[in-house]
Amino acid sequence: MGTETTGATPPDGDAPRPAPPAGTAAGTAVTSRRKDRIDRLAELTARTDTSTGSGLWVEALRRLRANKTALIGLGVLAVFLVLAVIGPWIAPYSPTAQTWRGEVFPNRGIFVGPRSGNWLGLDHLGRDELSRMLVGARQTLLVGVVATLIGFTVGALIGGFSGAALALGGRAGRTVDTVVMRFTDMLLALPSLLLAVSVAAIMGQSLTTVMVAVGVVQIPVFARLLRGSMLAQANSDYVLAARALGVRRRRIVLAHVLPNSLGPVIVQSTLALATAIIEAAALSFLGLGNPDAAQPEWGVMLAQAQRFFDQAPMMAVYPALGIIITALGFTLLGEAMREALDPKLRS
Amino acid sequence: MTESESASASASGPEPASASVSGSGPASAAPVPPQGAPPAPLLTLSGLKVHFPLRRGVVFDRTVGHVRAVDGVSLSVPAGRTYGLVGESGCGKTTLGRAVLRLTDITAGSVVFDGTDLAKLPEGEMRRARRRLQMVFQDPLGSLNPRQNIESILAEGMAAHGIGAGRKERRERIRAILDRVGLPAGSLSRYPHEFSGGQRQRIGIARALVLEPDLLICDEPVSALDVSIQAQVLNLLEELQDAMGLTYLVIAHDLAVVRHISDVIGVMYLGSLVEEAPGDELYGTPRHPYTKALMSAVPVPDPKAEDRRERILLTGDLPSPADPPAGCRFHTRCPWKQPTRCADERPALRPAGGAGTGHRVACHWAEEIAAGTLRPTGDLAAPVLHRV
Amino acid sequence: MTTRLLTVEDLTVTFTARGRRDVTAVSGVSFDIGAGEVVGLVGESGCGKSVTSLALMGLLPRRGVRTGGRALLDGSTDLLALDDARIRDLRGTQLAMVFQDPLSSLNPVVPIGVQVTEILRRHRGLRGERARAEAAHLLDRVGIPDPARRLKEYPHQLSGGMRQRALIAMAVACAPRLLIADEPTTALDVTIQAQILELLRELVDQEGTALLMITHDLGVVAGLCDRVNVLYAGKVVEAAARRPLFAAPAHPYTHGLLASIPRLDAPRGQPLKPIRGSVNDTIAWAEGCAFAPRCDHFSPACLEGTPAQAPAPDAAVPGPRSHLVRCVHPVNTATAPDAARRDGQPRPGHPPHPPSEPPGAAPAASATKEKAE
Repeated sequence: MGTETTGATPPDGDAPRPAPPAGTAAGTAVTSRRKDRIDRLAELTARTDTSTGSGLWVEALRRLRANKTALIGLGVLAVFLVLAVIGPWIAPYSPTAQTWRGEVFPNRGIFVGPRSGNWLGLDHLGRDELSRMLVGARQTLLVGVVATLIGFTVGALIGGFSGAALALGGRAGRTVDTVVMRFTDMLLALPSLLLAVSVAAIMGQSLTTVMVAVGVVQIPVFARLLRGSMLAQANSDYVLAARALGVRRRRIVLAHVLPNSLGPVIVQSTLALATAIIEAAALSFLGLGNPDAAQPEWGVMLAQAQRFFDQAPMMAVYPALGIIITALGFTLLGEAMREALDPKLRS
Repeated sequence: MTESESASASASGPEPASASVSGSGPASAAPVPPQGAPPAPLLTLSGLKVHFPLRRGVVFDRTVGHVRAVDGVSLSVPAGRTYGLVGESGCGKTTLGRAVLRLTDITAGSVVFDGTDLAKLPEGEMRRARRRLQMVFQDPLGSLNPRQNIESILAEGMAAHGIGAGRKERRERIRAILDRVGLPAGSLSRYPHEFSGGQRQRIGIARALVLEPDLLICDEPVSALDVSIQAQVLNLLEELQDAMGLTYLVIAHDLAVVRHISDVIGVMYLGSLVEEAPGDELYGTPRHPYTKALMSAVPVPDPKAEDRRERILLTGDLPSPADPPAGCRFHTRCPWKQPTRCADERPALRPAGGAGTGHRVACHWAEEIAAGTLRPTGDLAAPVLHRV
Repeated sequence: MTTRLLTVEDLTVTFTARGRRDVTAVSGVSFDIGAGEVVGLVGESGCGKSVTSLALMGLLPRRGVRTGGRALLDGSTDLLALDDARIRDLRGTQLAMVFQDPLSSLNPVVPIGVQVTEILRRHRGLRGERARAEAAHLLDRVGIPDPARRLKEYPHQLSGGMRQRALIAMAVACAPRLLIADEPTTALDVTIQAQILELLRELVDQEGTALLMITHDLGVVAGLCDRVNVLYAGKVVEAAARRPLFAAPAHPYTHGLLASIPRLDAPRGQPLKPIRGSVNDTIAWAEGCAFAPRCDHFSPACLEGTPAQAPAPDAAVPGPRSHLVRCVHPVNTATAPDAARRDGQPRPGHPPHPPSEPPGAAPAASATKEKAE
């Protein structure tokens, strides 16, 4: 729909107005103007190789920088990351010490809200809520990142193997793909929480369990996604062209199919990070997480706070808000990356 | 397709055609005489069939039928000449082009290139053989990897075939070929999306030519380009043929493009060749009803010719290649359809119009139609006299 | 002068995306159509022909688009000034459109019959059995065999040609007075294209429908259109009746296009004379002729602002409907493509013009402009 008109056309300059009076203008002015115009045409037609050419990733990055959604997401994540790194050092008190144990009586419904010494108040055991939030950020991030990494790595290996087999493996490859994909379909069909609970049941109650459980849930998603993406790329014309050139299959998969398939998977991983944090929180909430409840983690904090929700709702709201904002940050970034990496939206 | 043809094909196959394709081919020596004695064939297809299985199944796929994309095509492409393959979408012409390069599996038949039957080559040797048979694709942007710059795109084939000792030598060759196809040398580090459609197609041509192939298969080389750009690419292809002695198999739906560039034209319908003749001969005396209809349907940018043009309007659509009609594939739409033979006997591609014309047609009634003793049964649209 | 069915005056469409330069897709296009007349808008991709048709149908988004000029139906109703409800009423009853891609123009999950009867119900108040009968009649009218069965089928069950016929049936359901066909045959095979063109011709001849034919194919234009407008970079560069245009193309662009198209009736090896560069190599109309960078007749005079539309050298009677050309150096009839073609030697005598795009020129320009697109 767009045109190649170079843009400077003012709307009023388009009417079929009288021809530019070549003969009426003063002679010298015309010649100098003419010269300018010839130079202008030369410049237009000879705008040579100043652009060095930028790859797809470079351009995606450039577009990401111009995208407000991406900047907000990045900002949120940056704050989160900084907190996760420096949290333990800036926390005003120890997150585990029950310093104000004597001021909180959960069975009598007496809690301590925000006050000058404890900005976010105390939890049900008389620990400083702010300190627990700050220190808990690291655990939460760790759970999300490790779980997603597990899902991404294993899922991408399975999906990549299956996709490569299907795309360029001929008849045998198709059989391999069918077997692998039916297996992941079964995984996909299981309710994710049930899967996670089963993993947790096998491995026992620990933080590792939560990470593995959440990661395993992500595996079939990543596998399916990468395989589908690879299949689409393998059917593209440039892969056909590479085959026609006589390029080896292994190189076609590694140099053509895989790099072009990774875009959606990377986007998915940012979105998966958000769900991983939420699911980890859910598992902790169900009591499958870290058995040492003293170690702060947002999901565990939320789980514990729900018992006192009637009397001290803010105790649950703080970790919940933390989880929601972080997940939102990842989601925003993921959406922006999806847009930036979409080749259809280029140019 | 017939016995005699496959026999002649295998007889002429082993003849070394390499003499005429290395450097000074006959094409560069003189204007190509379309009627002259054709040089030895560089590529000979006989009885080529490509059937795609139709799969369906819940857990494991079963084959429930076949799409007969190419169903018994025999033709030969003379060295240094251009063979144009024309047909509408779904006729199997693209599949045929890919089958020659074994980019799709060949079901039956042989593809003899310079004495070697490509259909029987093991995969590894076929990969190496592709250096001499290259392809230009329809979609100039889609056939270039968006993540590769031009140098990487052009160097890839050389790396695969071990051409050029090092990066420097390869770059020299790339520069030379870019210059040849009319692209600035500064394009090396740029990416496909930074070029216009015509330039992208030049990149595609350069990618094929940098391997110094003998045969170039051009699949719809200009149909994705703007009208004013098509001529640039067509001219470039002709120049390159003259300069490098290339042999072309041009596949296109646009009869005018094929006629412009081809020495010999083959017309495909539903997986088989219905007519084959030198360009002028085919245009002058089309013998197959489908060819007649096809030619009459091509609009000419000239009102005088348009107003004179007799249109043969075909009824209905292309039947499904998964379930082609018995007998002559065209009989369901043919205005000259006869009660006998057409519906139950598949016509073979046989010589027509006298020896020396190189005209072959697959129609039982070609002679009768040419003589005018058979009248079309359907109603032909008379020349439409335009209101002026 | 009698009132024409549709008079487009100075149509201008500018896309104004935030944070980007404004792009003028159509700038000052004027033409008119009478009842039963076929007018062609010809040009390559990005010349503004499709935008013109969308503007006339009121199908451009309101946001980010600035429209100027007038499009008068019957000399009174300005299509560009109507609000959404009014133009929706006109669409279907007075105006109808056929698009290039028949599959995406039809709703994939609704049977053809429902889509046709929906229009009959909305615009003609037909219901139930009467609507179904009329729908079957319409499909029959556009040459779809066994219409009663086809009405129950879904778009994907029809072939490309049949879909386009169904779309045309829907377009003519309310006997519109103007049919706009935007590349109606580009997605179709040539034998199917012939069928569809024949159908359109019949509609014009029998119903007196006016047809605005938008295409890139000069061959289609040569056989179908009464009057032809050639667009380049958003402006009409040449307008003429069919025969004078092809007999003596006056604008170097039209002339170049005709000389660069391979013709079926030309012998093998007839050289083609391509236009150099690509459609991206252009300059703004305000600065001069947008075609100047690709033009063989270029001179400094081409950069003295927008060239005015003037009678072509062969125009017998100067007037708004004679042969008009927007060029400082119109091509003389003596060098018309017929003459040029006959002079041409078969291969290998190549044309004197360098066929390639000027090295170094086009890539940069095109790259930057594609980004701006």
